[in-house]
Amino acid sequence: MNCAIRTEGIVKSFGSRTVLDGIDLDIKGGEIFGLLGPSGAGKTTLIKILTGQLTQDSGTSYIGRKDTRKLTGADHKRFGITMDNFGLYDRLSCYENLLTFARIHGLPKSSITDALAKVGLSDAAKTPAGKLSKGMTGRLKLARAFMTDPDILFLDEPTSGLDPVSADEIHRIILSEKARGKTVFLTTHTMTEAEKLCGHIALLNEGKIVEYGSPEEICRRYDHQRMLKIHLSDGRDMELPHNSDAAAALSELIVSGRAETIHTTEPDLETVFMELTGKELSA
Amino acid sequence: MKNIIAVFLKQLSDTLKNKTVLIQFAMFPVLVIVFENAVKLEDMPEHFFARIFAVMFVGMAPLTCMSAIIAEEKEKNTLRVLMMSNVKPAEYLVGVGAYVFVMCAFGTAVFAAVGGYTGADLALFVGVMSAGIILSELTGAVIGVFSSNQMTATSITVPVMAIFSFLPMLSMFNDTIKAAARVTYSQQLSELINGIGVSEISAESMIVISVNLVIAVALFTMAYRKKGLE
Repeated sequence: MNCAIRTEGIVKSFGSRTVLDGIDLDIKGGEIFGLLGPSGAGKTTLIKILTGQLTQDSGTSYIGRKDTRKLTGADHKRFGITMDNFGLYDRLSCYENLLTFARIHGLPKSSITDALAKVGLSDAAKTPAGKLSKGMTGRLKLARAFMTDPDILFLDEPTSGLDPVSADEIHRIILSEKARGKTVFLTTHTMTEAEKLCGHIALLNEGKIVEYGSPEEICRRYDHQRMLKIHLSDGRDMELPHNSDAAAALSELIVSGRAETIHTTEPDLETVFMELTGKELSA
Repeated sequence: MKNIIAVFLKQLSDTLKNKTVLIQFAMFPVLVIVFENAVKLEDMPEHFFARIFAVMFVGMAPLTCMSAIIAEEKEKNTLRVLMMSNVKPAEYLVGVGAYVFVMCAFGTAVFAAVGGYTGADLALFVGVMSAGIILSELTGAVIGVFSSNQMTATSITVPVMAIFSFLPMLSMFNDTIKAAARVTYSQQLSELINGIGVSEISAESMIVISVNLVIAVALFTMAYRKKGLE
Protein backbone atom coordinates (compact mmCIF):
# COMPACT_ATOMS: atom_id res chain seq x y z
CA MET A 1 0.00 0.00 0.00
CA ASN A 2 1.17 3.55 -0.69
CA CYS A 3 1.83 6.02 2.06
CA ALA A 4 -1.50 7.72 2.75
CA ILE A 5 -0.37 10.29 5.29
CA ARG A 6 3.13 11.57 5.88
CA THR A 7 4.46 14.28 8.15
CA GLU A 8 8.02 15.53 8.52
CA GLY A 9 9.09 17.70 11.40
CA ILE A 10 5.71 19.29 12.08
CA VAL A 11 5.97 22.11 14.60
CA LYS A 12 3.00 24.12 15.81
CA SER A 13 2.92 26.66 18.61
CA PHE A 14 0.16 28.77 20.08
CA GLY A 15 1.80 31.81 21.61
CA SER A 16 4.74 30.63 23.67
CA ARG A 17 3.33 27.10 24.01
CA THR A 18 4.67 24.52 21.57
CA VAL A 19 1.86 22.04 20.97
CA LEU A 20 3.57 19.90 18.32
CA ASP A 21 7.33 19.63 18.30
CA GLY A 22 8.81 17.80 15.31
CA ILE A 23 6.19 15.20 14.41
CA ASP A 24 7.31 12.57 11.87
CA LEU A 25 4.76 10.00 10.74
CA ASP A 26 4.35 7.56 7.87
CA ILE A 27 0.91 6.01 7.69
CA LYS A 28 0.24 3.35 5.11
CA GLY A 29 -2.93 3.23 3.07
CA GLY A 30 -5.60 0.79 4.29
CA GLU A 31 -4.51 0.70 7.92
CA ILE A 32 -6.01 2.05 11.12
CA PHE A 33 -3.46 4.30 12.72
CA GLY A 34 -3.94 5.41 16.30
CA LEU A 35 -2.52 8.56 17.83
CA LEU A 36 -2.61 8.14 21.58
CA GLY A 37 -2.02 10.74 24.17
CA PRO A 38 -3.58 12.43 27.16
CA SER A 39 -5.87 15.46 26.76
CA GLY A 40 -3.89 18.44 25.56
CA ALA A 41 -1.11 16.32 24.04
CA GLY A 42 -1.69 17.85 20.58
CA LYS A 43 -3.76 15.11 18.91
CA THR A 44 -6.55 17.38 17.69
CA THR A 45 -4.04 20.00 16.55
CA LEU A 46 -2.34 17.39 14.36
CA ILE A 47 -5.68 16.34 12.83
CA LYS A 48 -6.47 19.98 12.13
CA ILE A 49 -3.13 20.41 10.36
CA LEU A 50 -3.59 17.22 8.33
CA THR A 51 -7.08 18.28 7.25
CA GLY A 52 -6.10 21.82 6.37
CA GLN A 53 -7.93 23.50 9.25
CA LEU A 54 -4.65 24.77 10.67
CA THR A 55 -1.28 25.52 9.16
CA GLN A 56 1.88 24.31 10.84
CA ASP A 57 4.64 26.74 11.77
CA SER A 58 7.25 24.51 10.14
CA GLY A 59 7.60 21.02 8.67
CA THR A 60 5.64 19.36 5.92
CA SER A 61 2.57 17.15 5.86
CA TYR A 62 1.07 15.26 2.96
CA ILE A 63 -2.17 13.46 2.25
CA GLY A 64 -1.09 11.17 -0.54
CA ARG A 65 1.19 13.47 -2.53
CA LYS A 66 -0.72 16.63 -1.68
CA ASP A 67 0.75 19.17 0.72
CA THR A 68 -1.95 19.74 3.35
CA ARG A 69 -1.34 23.49 3.16
CA LYS A 70 -2.57 23.39 -0.43
CA LEU A 71 -5.68 21.26 -0.02
CA THR A 72 -8.57 22.19 -2.29
CA GLY A 73 -12.27 21.42 -2.13
CA ALA A 74 -11.76 18.36 -4.31
CA ASP A 75 -9.12 17.09 -1.88
CA HIS A 76 -11.49 17.55 1.04
CA LYS A 77 -13.89 15.19 -0.69
CA ARG A 78 -11.23 12.47 -0.38
CA PHE A 79 -11.36 12.44 3.38
CA GLY A 80 -14.07 12.28 5.99
CA ILE A 81 -13.66 13.93 9.36
CA THR A 82 -15.42 13.59 12.66
CA MET A 83 -14.33 15.76 15.51
CA ASP A 84 -15.99 15.96 18.87
CA ASN A 85 -16.87 19.62 18.42
CA PHE A 86 -18.20 19.22 14.88
CA GLY A 87 -21.88 19.91 15.35
CA LEU A 88 -25.06 18.65 13.79
CA TYR A 89 -28.21 20.57 12.96
CA ASP A 90 -30.14 19.65 16.09
CA ARG A 91 -33.59 20.59 14.80
CA LEU A 92 -33.17 18.77 11.49
CA SER A 93 -33.72 15.03 11.24
CA CYS A 94 -30.84 12.63 10.65
CA TYR A 95 -31.97 12.39 7.02
CA GLU A 96 -32.15 16.18 6.59
CA ASN A 97 -28.71 16.59 8.17
CA LEU A 98 -27.20 14.25 5.61
CA LEU A 99 -29.34 15.67 2.80
CA THR A 100 -27.62 19.06 3.21
CA PHE A 101 -24.22 17.45 2.68
CA ALA A 102 -25.47 15.22 -0.13
CA ARG A 103 -26.54 18.41 -1.94
CA ILE A 104 -23.19 20.07 -1.26
CA HIS A 105 -21.25 17.07 -2.55
CA GLY A 106 -23.63 16.45 -5.44
CA LEU A 107 -24.52 12.97 -4.21
CA PRO A 108 -27.72 11.07 -4.98
CA LYS A 109 -30.31 10.65 -2.23
CA SER A 110 -29.53 6.95 -2.13
CA SER A 111 -26.18 7.89 -0.55
CA ILE A 112 -28.10 9.18 2.48
CA THR A 113 -30.01 5.97 3.05
CA ASP A 114 -26.83 3.98 2.44
CA ALA A 115 -24.89 6.04 4.98
CA LEU A 116 -27.67 5.77 7.57
CA ALA A 117 -27.88 2.00 7.02
CA LYS A 118 -24.12 1.65 7.37
CA VAL A 119 -24.18 3.16 10.86
CA GLY A 120 -27.44 1.47 11.88
CA LEU A 121 -29.54 4.63 11.95
CA SER A 122 -32.10 3.77 9.26
CA ASP A 123 -34.89 3.60 11.84
CA ALA A 124 -33.92 6.99 13.23
CA ALA A 125 -33.88 8.74 9.85
CA LYS A 126 -36.75 11.05 10.83
CA THR A 127 -35.52 11.70 14.38
CA PRO A 128 -34.17 15.20 15.01
CA ALA A 129 -30.43 15.06 15.60
CA GLY A 130 -30.87 16.91 18.88
CA LYS A 131 -32.95 14.05 20.26
CA LEU A 132 -30.39 11.32 19.56
CA SER A 133 -28.43 9.61 22.31
CA LYS A 134 -24.72 10.38 22.48
CA GLY A 135 -23.88 7.07 20.81
CA MET A 136 -26.35 7.70 17.98
CA THR A 137 -24.99 11.24 17.57
CA GLY A 138 -21.52 9.77 17.16
CA ARG A 139 -22.83 7.35 14.54
CA LEU A 140 -24.61 10.14 12.65
CA LYS A 141 -21.35 12.10 12.57
CA LEU A 142 -19.64 8.99 11.19
CA ALA A 143 -22.38 8.66 8.56
CA ARG A 144 -21.75 12.26 7.51
CA ALA A 145 -18.03 11.54 7.26
CA PHE A 146 -18.68 8.40 5.17
CA MET A 147 -21.07 10.03 2.71
CA THR A 148 -18.50 10.86 0.05
CA ASP A 149 -16.97 7.38 0.38
CA PRO A 150 -13.63 8.99 1.32
CA ASP A 151 -10.28 7.23 1.06
CA ILE A 152 -9.12 8.50 4.43
CA LEU A 153 -11.10 8.95 7.64
CA PHE A 154 -9.92 11.25 10.41
CA LEU A 155 -11.70 10.30 13.61
CA ASP A 156 -10.95 12.48 16.61
CA GLU A 157 -11.81 10.52 19.75
CA PRO A 158 -14.90 8.97 18.14
CA THR A 159 -15.91 7.03 21.25
CA SER A 160 -15.15 9.70 23.83
CA GLY A 161 -17.79 9.64 26.56
CA LEU A 162 -19.69 6.70 25.09
CA ASP A 163 -20.90 3.63 26.97
CA PRO A 164 -19.16 0.34 26.08
CA VAL A 165 -22.03 -0.87 23.86
CA SER A 166 -22.08 2.33 21.79
CA ALA A 167 -18.28 2.32 21.61
CA ASP A 168 -18.34 -1.29 20.39
CA GLU A 169 -20.84 -0.33 17.68
CA ILE A 170 -18.53 2.44 16.49
CA HIS A 171 -15.54 0.08 16.58
CA ARG A 172 -17.50 -2.32 14.37
CA ILE A 173 -18.16 0.48 11.87
CA ILE A 174 -14.52 1.58 11.86
CA LEU A 175 -13.30 -2.00 11.32
CA SER A 176 -15.77 -2.48 8.46
CA GLU A 177 -14.34 0.65 6.79
CA LYS A 178 -10.83 -0.75 7.16
CA ALA A 179 -12.03 -4.00 5.59
CA ARG A 180 -13.14 -1.89 2.62
CA GLY A 181 -9.57 -0.63 2.24
CA LYS A 182 -10.04 2.76 3.86
CA THR A 183 -7.27 4.44 5.81
CA VAL A 184 -8.30 5.52 9.29
CA PHE A 185 -6.43 8.08 11.37
CA LEU A 186 -7.79 7.75 14.87
CA THR A 187 -7.00 9.73 17.98
CA THR A 188 -7.87 8.29 21.34
CA HIS A 189 -6.77 8.22 24.92
CA THR A 190 -8.29 4.78 25.39
CA MET A 191 -5.65 2.09 25.34
CA THR A 192 -8.07 -0.79 24.76
CA GLU A 193 -9.51 0.99 21.72
CA ALA A 194 -6.06 1.37 20.20
CA GLU A 195 -5.16 -2.25 20.94
CA LYS A 196 -8.43 -3.46 19.44
CA LEU A 197 -8.44 -1.36 16.28
CA CYS A 198 -5.02 -0.09 15.32
CA GLY A 199 -2.33 -1.66 13.17
CA HIS A 200 0.13 0.99 14.26
CA ILE A 201 0.09 3.59 16.97
CA ALA A 202 2.11 6.57 18.05
CA LEU A 203 2.25 7.72 21.65
CA LEU A 204 2.15 11.51 21.81
CA ASN A 205 3.23 13.41 24.86
CA GLU A 206 3.75 17.15 25.20
CA GLY A 207 3.92 17.55 21.44
CA LYS A 208 6.44 14.78 20.81
CA ILE A 209 6.04 11.22 19.63
CA VAL A 210 7.61 9.14 22.37
CA GLU A 211 6.97 5.70 20.86
CA TYR A 212 5.79 4.27 17.55
CA GLY A 213 4.91 0.77 16.29
CA SER A 214 2.19 -1.84 16.48
CA PRO A 215 0.58 -2.13 19.93
CA GLU A 216 2.06 -5.61 20.32
CA GLU A 217 5.55 -4.51 19.30
CA ILE A 218 5.50 -1.62 21.72
CA CYS A 219 4.29 -3.74 24.60
CA ARG A 220 6.91 -6.40 23.85
CA ARG A 221 9.60 -3.74 23.70
CA TYR A 222 8.81 -2.71 27.26
CA ASP A 223 8.51 -6.23 28.67
CA HIS A 224 11.56 -5.85 30.88
CA GLN A 225 10.75 -8.90 33.01
CA ARG A 226 10.33 -11.32 30.08
CA MET A 227 8.55 -13.83 32.32
CA LEU A 228 5.59 -16.19 32.03
CA LYS A 229 3.10 -16.16 34.91
CA ILE A 230 1.35 -19.48 35.34
CA HIS A 231 -1.64 -20.11 37.56
CA LEU A 232 -1.68 -23.75 38.60
CA SER A 233 -4.71 -25.96 39.18
CA ASP A 234 -3.77 -26.32 42.86
CA GLY A 235 -4.21 -22.55 43.30
CA ARG A 236 -0.53 -21.63 43.37
CA ASP A 237 1.17 -19.19 40.98
CA MET A 238 4.58 -19.66 39.45
CA GLU A 239 6.84 -17.76 37.10
CA LEU A 240 9.09 -19.07 34.32
CA PRO A 241 11.51 -17.13 32.13
CA HIS A 242 10.02 -16.21 28.77
CA ASN A 243 12.64 -18.02 26.69
CA SER A 244 13.59 -21.49 25.43
CA ASP A 245 14.96 -22.51 28.84
CA ALA A 246 11.40 -22.76 30.14
CA ALA A 247 10.10 -24.89 27.26
CA ALA A 248 10.44 -28.27 28.96
CA ALA A 249 8.89 -27.15 32.25
CA LEU A 250 6.08 -25.36 30.48
CA SER A 251 5.39 -28.35 28.27
CA GLU A 252 5.18 -30.61 31.31
CA LEU A 253 2.74 -28.27 33.05
CA ILE A 254 0.47 -28.12 30.00
CA VAL A 255 0.59 -31.86 29.24
CA SER A 256 -0.12 -32.74 32.86
CA GLY A 257 -3.02 -30.31 32.91
CA ARG A 258 -1.60 -28.44 35.93
CA ALA A 259 -1.41 -25.09 34.17
CA GLU A 260 -4.78 -23.34 34.35
CA THR A 261 -3.72 -20.00 32.85
CA ILE A 262 -0.50 -18.71 31.30
CA HIS A 263 0.24 -15.02 30.85
CA THR A 264 3.26 -13.11 29.65
CA THR A 265 4.47 -10.15 31.68
CA GLU A 266 4.18 -7.71 28.77
CA PRO A 267 2.92 -4.38 30.02
CA ASP A 268 -0.18 -2.82 28.48
CA LEU A 269 -0.01 0.48 26.60
CA GLU A 270 -1.10 2.43 29.64
CA THR A 271 1.87 1.07 31.59
CA VAL A 272 4.24 1.76 28.70
CA PHE A 273 2.99 5.31 28.46
CA MET A 274 3.38 5.74 32.19
CA GLU A 275 6.94 4.44 32.00
CA LEU A 276 7.79 6.81 29.17
CA THR A 277 6.16 9.94 30.49
CA GLY A 278 5.28 9.45 34.12
CA LYS A 279 1.67 10.24 33.17
CA GLU A 280 -1.50 8.26 32.66
CA LEU A 281 -2.95 8.14 29.14
CA SER A 282 -6.42 8.93 30.36
CA ALA A 283 -5.21 11.96 32.34
CA MET B 1 -24.32 27.64 -7.02
CA LYS B 2 -25.20 24.19 -5.64
CA ASN B 3 -23.63 25.13 -2.31
CA ILE B 4 -25.75 28.28 -2.10
CA ILE B 5 -28.86 26.22 -2.88
CA ALA B 6 -27.87 23.60 -0.30
CA VAL B 7 -27.49 26.26 2.40
CA PHE B 8 -30.76 27.91 1.29
CA LEU B 9 -32.70 24.62 1.39
CA LYS B 10 -31.14 23.66 4.71
CA GLN B 11 -32.42 26.92 6.18
CA LEU B 12 -35.81 26.38 4.57
CA SER B 13 -36.07 22.93 6.23
CA ASP B 14 -35.27 24.58 9.55
CA THR B 15 -37.88 27.36 9.27
CA LEU B 16 -40.84 25.71 10.96
CA LYS B 17 -38.61 24.11 13.60
CA ASN B 18 -36.69 27.25 14.55
CA LYS B 19 -39.14 29.28 16.61
CA THR B 20 -36.66 32.13 17.17
CA VAL B 21 -36.51 32.76 13.44
CA LEU B 22 -40.11 31.85 12.62
CA ILE B 23 -41.54 34.35 15.09
CA GLN B 24 -39.49 37.14 13.53
CA PHE B 25 -40.81 36.40 10.06
CA ALA B 26 -44.42 35.98 11.18
CA MET B 27 -44.95 38.46 14.01
CA PHE B 28 -45.39 41.78 12.19
CA PRO B 29 -47.24 40.36 9.15
CA VAL B 30 -49.74 38.77 11.55
CA LEU B 31 -49.93 41.90 13.71
CA VAL B 32 -50.61 44.15 10.73
CA ILE B 33 -53.53 42.02 9.62
CA VAL B 34 -54.97 42.09 13.14
CA PHE B 35 -54.40 45.80 13.77
CA GLU B 36 -55.57 47.00 10.35
CA ASN B 37 -58.80 45.09 10.79
CA ALA B 38 -59.37 45.53 14.51
CA VAL B 39 -58.17 49.06 15.33
CA LYS B 40 -59.93 52.06 13.80
CA LEU B 41 -59.12 55.44 15.39
CA GLU B 42 -60.45 58.83 14.46
CA ASP B 43 -58.07 60.85 12.20
CA MET B 44 -55.81 57.83 11.81
CA PRO B 45 -54.04 57.93 8.41
CA GLU B 46 -55.09 55.26 5.97
CA HIS B 47 -53.15 52.02 6.36
CA PHE B 48 -51.26 53.52 9.29
CA PHE B 49 -50.33 50.16 10.79
CA ALA B 50 -49.22 48.73 7.47
CA ARG B 51 -46.72 51.57 7.06
CA ILE B 52 -45.38 51.63 10.61
CA PHE B 53 -45.21 47.86 11.01
CA ALA B 54 -43.54 47.44 7.61
CA VAL B 55 -40.61 49.57 8.76
CA MET B 56 -40.45 47.80 12.12
CA PHE B 57 -40.48 44.46 10.28
CA VAL B 58 -37.61 45.53 8.04
CA GLY B 59 -35.59 46.80 11.00
CA MET B 60 -36.15 43.67 13.04
CA ALA B 61 -36.68 40.41 11.10
CA PRO B 62 -33.74 40.33 8.65
CA LEU B 63 -31.31 41.72 11.21
CA THR B 64 -32.28 39.33 14.01
CA CYS B 65 -32.51 36.28 11.75
CA MET B 66 -29.16 36.81 10.05
CA SER B 67 -27.30 37.32 13.32
CA ALA B 68 -29.10 34.41 15.03
CA ILE B 69 -28.49 31.96 12.19
CA ILE B 70 -24.79 32.80 11.78
CA ALA B 71 -24.11 32.90 15.53
CA GLU B 72 -25.84 29.54 16.07
CA GLU B 73 -23.81 27.92 13.29
CA LYS B 74 -20.61 29.30 14.80
CA GLU B 75 -21.51 28.23 18.32
CA LYS B 76 -22.43 24.69 17.31
CA ASN B 77 -19.49 24.35 14.91
CA THR B 78 -21.78 23.37 12.03
CA LEU B 79 -20.31 26.27 10.08
CA ARG B 80 -16.86 24.69 10.32
CA VAL B 81 -18.30 21.45 8.96
CA LEU B 82 -19.78 23.36 6.02
CA MET B 83 -16.44 25.06 5.37
CA MET B 84 -14.68 21.68 5.53
CA SER B 85 -17.20 20.48 2.94
CA ASN B 86 -15.93 23.10 0.53
CA VAL B 87 -18.67 25.67 1.11
CA LYS B 88 -17.05 29.07 0.65
CA PRO B 89 -17.85 31.79 3.20
CA ALA B 90 -19.42 33.93 0.45
CA GLU B 91 -21.61 31.00 -0.65
CA TYR B 92 -22.78 30.46 2.90
CA LEU B 93 -23.60 34.12 3.45
CA VAL B 94 -25.40 34.40 0.11
CA GLY B 95 -27.37 31.21 0.87
CA VAL B 96 -28.48 32.43 4.29
CA GLY B 97 -29.06 35.95 2.96
CA ALA B 98 -31.20 34.67 0.09
CA TYR B 99 -33.23 32.57 2.51
CA VAL B 100 -33.86 35.52 4.85
CA PHE B 101 -34.69 37.73 1.86
CA VAL B 102 -37.21 35.25 0.47
CA MET B 103 -38.87 34.78 3.86
CA CYS B 104 -39.04 38.54 4.33
CA ALA B 105 -40.50 38.84 0.83
CA PHE B 106 -43.55 36.92 2.08
CA GLY B 107 -43.90 39.50 4.85
CA THR B 108 -43.48 42.29 2.32
CA ALA B 109 -46.30 40.76 0.25
CA VAL B 110 -48.57 40.83 3.30
CA PHE B 111 -47.74 44.48 4.02
CA ALA B 112 -48.25 45.38 0.36
CA ALA B 113 -51.64 43.67 0.27
CA VAL B 114 -52.81 45.13 3.58
CA GLY B 115 -51.41 48.55 2.64
CA GLY B 116 -53.37 48.50 -0.60
CA TYR B 117 -50.40 49.28 -2.86
CA THR B 118 -50.90 48.81 -6.59
CA GLY B 119 -49.05 49.64 -9.83
CA ALA B 120 -46.11 52.02 -9.52
CA ASP B 121 -46.75 52.49 -5.80
CA LEU B 122 -46.46 48.74 -5.31
CA ALA B 123 -43.19 48.65 -7.25
CA LEU B 124 -41.78 51.50 -5.16
CA PHE B 125 -42.95 49.87 -1.91
CA VAL B 126 -41.32 46.57 -2.87
CA GLY B 127 -38.12 48.41 -3.87
CA VAL B 128 -37.97 50.31 -0.58
CA MET B 129 -38.65 47.17 1.44
CA SER B 130 -36.02 45.22 -0.52
CA ALA B 131 -33.39 47.88 0.12
CA GLY B 132 -34.27 47.83 3.81
CA ILE B 133 -34.14 44.04 4.01
CA ILE B 134 -30.68 43.97 2.40
CA LEU B 135 -29.37 46.68 4.72
CA SER B 136 -30.74 44.92 7.79
CA GLU B 137 -29.33 41.60 6.58
CA LEU B 138 -25.89 43.18 6.27
CA THR B 139 -26.19 44.65 9.76
CA GLY B 140 -27.29 41.27 11.13
CA ALA B 141 -24.41 39.57 9.31
CA VAL B 142 -21.95 42.00 10.94
CA ILE B 143 -23.30 41.03 14.36
CA GLY B 144 -23.34 37.32 13.50
CA VAL B 145 -19.78 37.35 12.21
CA PHE B 146 -18.56 39.40 15.16
CA SER B 147 -20.25 37.17 17.78
CA SER B 148 -18.77 33.83 18.78
CA ASN B 149 -22.02 32.50 20.22
CA GLN B 150 -25.75 33.10 20.31
CA MET B 151 -25.74 34.86 23.69
CA THR B 152 -23.26 37.46 22.49
CA ALA B 153 -25.21 37.89 19.28
CA THR B 154 -28.49 38.42 21.14
CA SER B 155 -26.97 40.96 23.52
CA ILE B 156 -25.74 43.02 20.55
CA THR B 157 -28.75 42.43 18.31
CA VAL B 158 -31.41 43.61 20.75
CA PRO B 159 -30.25 47.24 21.14
CA VAL B 160 -29.28 47.56 17.47
CA MET B 161 -32.59 46.11 16.34
CA ALA B 162 -34.47 48.36 18.78
CA ILE B 163 -32.78 51.44 17.31
CA PHE B 164 -33.60 50.60 13.70
CA SER B 165 -37.09 49.23 14.41
CA PHE B 166 -38.48 51.66 16.91
CA LEU B 167 -36.83 55.00 16.07
CA PRO B 168 -39.18 55.65 13.11
CA MET B 169 -42.20 55.14 15.37
CA LEU B 170 -40.76 57.13 18.29
CA SER B 171 -39.78 59.97 15.96
CA MET B 172 -43.48 60.60 15.34
CA PHE B 173 -43.76 61.80 18.94
CA ASN B 174 -40.52 63.68 19.48
CA ASP B 175 -38.70 66.11 17.19
CA THR B 176 -35.30 65.53 18.81
CA ILE B 177 -35.60 61.82 18.20
CA LYS B 178 -36.78 62.56 14.69
CA ALA B 179 -33.72 64.72 14.00
CA ALA B 180 -31.40 62.02 15.33
CA ALA B 181 -33.24 59.25 13.51
CA ARG B 182 -32.80 60.94 10.13
CA VAL B 183 -29.30 59.43 9.84
CA THR B 184 -30.67 55.90 10.06
CA TYR B 185 -31.83 53.98 7.01
CA SER B 186 -34.97 52.80 8.77
CA GLN B 187 -36.16 56.39 9.35
CA GLN B 188 -35.53 57.17 5.69
CA LEU B 189 -37.36 54.00 4.67
CA SER B 190 -40.26 55.11 6.84
CA GLU B 191 -40.32 58.50 5.14
CA LEU B 192 -40.12 56.89 1.72
CA ILE B 193 -43.00 54.55 2.51
CA ASN B 194 -45.09 57.36 3.97
CA GLY B 195 -44.36 59.40 0.85
CA ILE B 196 -45.53 56.76 -1.62
CA GLY B 197 -48.23 58.30 -3.76
CA VAL B 198 -47.77 61.62 -1.98
CA SER B 199 -44.30 62.97 -2.65
CA GLU B 200 -41.21 62.31 -4.76
CA ILE B 201 -38.27 60.28 -3.50
CA SER B 202 -36.04 62.73 -1.65
CA ALA B 203 -32.35 63.06 -2.33
CA GLU B 204 -31.75 63.03 1.43
CA SER B 205 -33.31 59.58 1.73
CA MET B 206 -31.20 58.20 -1.08
CA ILE B 207 -28.00 59.69 0.33
CA VAL B 208 -28.66 58.46 3.89
CA ILE B 209 -29.56 54.97 2.68
CA SER B 210 -26.45 54.87 0.46
CA VAL B 211 -24.21 56.02 3.31
CA ASN B 212 -25.79 53.44 5.62
CA LEU B 213 -25.10 50.80 2.98
CA VAL B 214 -21.46 51.83 2.66
CA ILE B 215 -21.05 51.80 6.45
CA ALA B 216 -22.70 48.36 6.71
CA VAL B 217 -20.44 46.94 3.99
CA ALA B 218 -17.37 48.48 5.65
CA LEU B 219 -18.34 47.10 9.07
CA PHE B 220 -19.01 43.68 7.57
CA THR B 221 -15.63 43.67 5.85
CA MET B 222 -13.92 44.67 9.09
CA ALA B 223 -15.79 42.06 11.14
CA TYR B 224 -15.11 39.35 8.56
CA ARG B 225 -11.41 40.18 8.33
CA LYS B 226 -11.10 40.18 12.08
CA LYS B 227 -13.24 37.16 12.94
CA GLY B 228 -13.88 35.27 9.70
CA LEU B 229 -16.60 32.65 9.84
CA GLU B 230 -14.88 30.42 12.40
